[in-house]
Amino acid sequence: MADFTLRVNGSERNISVPGQTPLLWVLRDTLALTGTKFGCGAGLCGACTVHVEGTAIRSCSTPVSQVAGKSITTIEGLEANGLHPLQAAWIAEEVPQCGYCQTGQIMSAAALLAKTPNPNDEQITQAMKGNLCRCGTYERIRKAIHRAAGANAGDAGGAR
Amino acid sequence: MSPLSRREFVTAGVAAGVGLVVGFYLPHGKRENTESFSPNAYLRITPDNKITIVVARSEMGQGVRTALPMILAEELEADWKQIAIEQAGASTLYGDQTTGGSASVRTTWDTMRKAGAAAREMLISAAALTWGVPRSSCAAESGSIVHGASKRRLSYGDLAAKAATLPIPSDVTLKQSKDYKIVGQRLARVDTPSKVKGDAVFGIDFRTPEMKYAVLSRSPVIGGKVTSFNDKESRNIPGVNYVGKVSDSAIAVVADSVWGAMEGRRVLDVTWDDGPNKELNTAAIWESLKQAATKKGTSLYSVGDVSKVSGRRVSAEYRLPFMAHAPMEPGNCTANYSGRACELWAPTQVPQDCRDSVAQAVGLDPDQVKVNVTLMGGGFGRRLEHDYAVEAALVSKAIFTSKIGTEKIGGPVKVIWTREDDMRFSTYRPASLHQLSAVVDGAGWPVAFSHRIVAPSISGQKGQPGPNGIDPDLPDEAAFIYGLPNVSLEYVPAETPVPLGWMRSVYALQAGFASESFIDELAVAAGKDPLEYRLHMLAHNKDQNILYFSTTWHTARMRAALQLAADKAGWGKALPAGRFHGIACFGCFSSYMAEVVEISMENDTPRVHRVVAAVDCGQIVNPSIMEQQIQGGIIYALSNALRAHITIEKGRIVQGNFDDYEPLRMDEAPLVEVYAVPSAESPTGIGEPSVPPLAPAVCNAIYAATKKRIRALPILA
Repeated sequence: MADFTLRVNGSERNISVPGQTPLLWVLRDTLALTGTKFGCGAGLCGACTVHVEGTAIRSCSTPVSQVAGKSITTIEGLEANGLHPLQAAWIAEEVPQCGYCQTGQIMSAAALLAKTPNPNDEQITQAMKGNLCRCGTYERIRKAIHRAAGANAGDAGGAR
Repeated sequence: MSPLSRREFVTAGVAAGVGLVVGFYLPHGKRENTESFSPNAYLRITPDNKITIVVARSEMGQGVRTALPMILAEELEADWKQIAIEQAGASTLYGDQTTGGSASVRTTWDTMRKAGAAAREMLISAAALTWGVPRSSCAAESGSIVHGASKRRLSYGDLAAKAATLPIPSDVTLKQSKDYKIVGQRLARVDTPSKVKGDAVFGIDFRTPEMKYAVLSRSPVIGGKVTSFNDKESRNIPGVNYVGKVSDSAIAVVADSVWGAMEGRRVLDVTWDDGPNKELNTAAIWESLKQAATKKGTSLYSVGDVSKVSGRRVSAEYRLPFMAHAPMEPGNCTANYSGRACELWAPTQVPQDCRDSVAQAVGLDPDQVKVNVTLMGGGFGRRLEHDYAVEAALVSKAIFTSKIGTEKIGGPVKVIWTREDDMRFSTYRPASLHQLSAVVDGAGWPVAFSHRIVAPSISGQKGQPGPNGIDPDLPDEAAFIYGLPNVSLEYVPAETPVPLGWMRSVYALQAGFASESFIDELAVAAGKDPLEYRLHMLAHNKDQNILYFSTTWHTARMRAALQLAADKAGWGKALPAGRFHGIACFGCFSSYMAEVVEISMENDTPRVHRVVAAVDCGQIVNPSIMEQQIQGGIIYALSNALRAHITIEKGRIVQGNFDDYEPLRMDEAPLVEVYAVPSAESPTGIGEPSVPPLAPAVCNAIYAATKKRIRALPILA
């Protein structure tokens, strides 16, 4: 057991777990942030995607010791007030079926838009192909990202 | 929790052909709250004008929490914005709650309509009595009863208490489809916002105070058993508080965290008795299927006499491998055994089976087991099993009597399967062998067609064989809708120790792949266009009825779906260089489905660019959900066709995770266009019918591109 301080969704959280514990299980079990999902445990499906210092990472294969002191954003903290433009776009395009992978999809998409505010189809594919969806919602995900990017472009302050 | 279980009910259930029971359940006798109006188990209206509709089927992504309430709300003449949804757990009030077989809408359509209509009529009576006016002068309108002459209006909430005192009508008039205001609309799914915000609770997300976590070590060899184990190292892992055998073939490691349990299992030292299957491999399984194929089968369908037809005979053999469902949410269930009761929180397609199986496993009566149904991160048939629920209950029972030192462990426990557990301890789509032959006339048209399906029986393996050894699901899944004069469909049973399960579209995937590929072969051999060939086989311009078990199929409906898909895809029109079309159609779960795919070949690998799908599924409850289901079914089917392949070596499942069993990713996903033949017929299945035509359509396109016929899946083997 070791003590770590994480900055999760803007709050400091002190935890005591073995250092090799994947961040995923710290988020889900210790901090009760269950919006981040377990899909494969091997970085193959993207269901566990969160942001560490703004970069999308697979929390299932990231030991918590590697992210101590770093700023972590989960789906619960993606937008402090209301819905992130991607979440609104996901609703507008009726993306989810079972919905299990969608929080990970949205976190990957959010990391993409943060760097590339108006991605083309190929950039979307490259950013999103690490996220599996067994319900086959890929085309709607693509549309939702374009929709959110369009909403971004319309923001007075430009890209988010 | 729901007060429904305390009510007394009489049932007027009727058996619906294929073994599913629908019922119209009416309460009588005491009601727990006279202020609230609840004329049946599906509906509750309270004086605060809240309308709650109970969904008795499980939500696994197919939109059932939206679609079923829409049907009831339509007849109720409710304002959709008023409606709250409540998920039923396992109950005796709703008939069979099994969620599978693309059956939720098609088998509860009448039930939900009658439930809404009965309530509507009672609310009209309540208003008429309140105002002292004739019933006929009152009408239901958007959540209120209005009296046209005096322009008076009372909300359903206002009328709830009065309506609750009235007799329930035994016969009600149902609305006509032309008057629908809710059914047929693209209403937003009720579960979408929570799923994008991350607060939707799937089974794996359920939390309760003092809950522990468990993973199980299961025999890696099919049918193996625990000989002995040493848990010394496991118990040294922080947080591990119990290790113990919970069945002949499984040991549970229980900890304060998932990670602790996983680590405890990693270092657990188990000696296994590998049992009789330790040398089993895929090659031996194919050999046993070939052996089975030499035996006489059981007739599924026969018309004319295929043995007496003379002419040129064409034959081919097809085969398909074992496949795994691989839903995104791995297996899990939470159980709290407390001696005289056991409560479950289960992501399950079979709450009642979970209840009964758990009761038997832990020695309780079924009514001592309470099953709460959570959201599911995909089902695809995997959650038609009850193994995860039984495991959770057994582990909870095991720790109920255990202590750490003097402290009792006990309490709720969540069993979680890893992805590897899910892949290796699944129940697989059966491997199958298909022998097809046809006799063609001088012009190349088939006059006789026979198809022998050689496969192990899923239900038979589970100890519930159907009549004549025919799987009870086959009637829904292996229909041959072409109107030929001589047809023979035969089922030839085979045995396998590999655990079998129902996977999306079940045997329809195998049957459809074989017969729709073979028909393409016949069309090519006859030098005819594959679309024209099929339209000709579908009784030309007549509507021929084909009675297959208890379902009557119409060749005209299949022709319409086929023609619609072909028209929208531009079948027969010039394609860009290097692009090729393939077509297939299939009927299952009472729906008619046709698909045209457009592919190119890149280094001998097909790339599917576009899929145009056309369906006749009767009345569509929510077009948006219908489109989701078909788009999803096609992507799922393309994953199956390209790569899904479970193999066995030394009695063990070889594949373990998404690297060696890789579903389709975004870079391979085609555009899918969905069209529906307009229909006011009763709704039919939509979750599965899009799956079977996809693989043959792709393989038929590959033939068009390469002149190579693919007779075994997966394509990229």
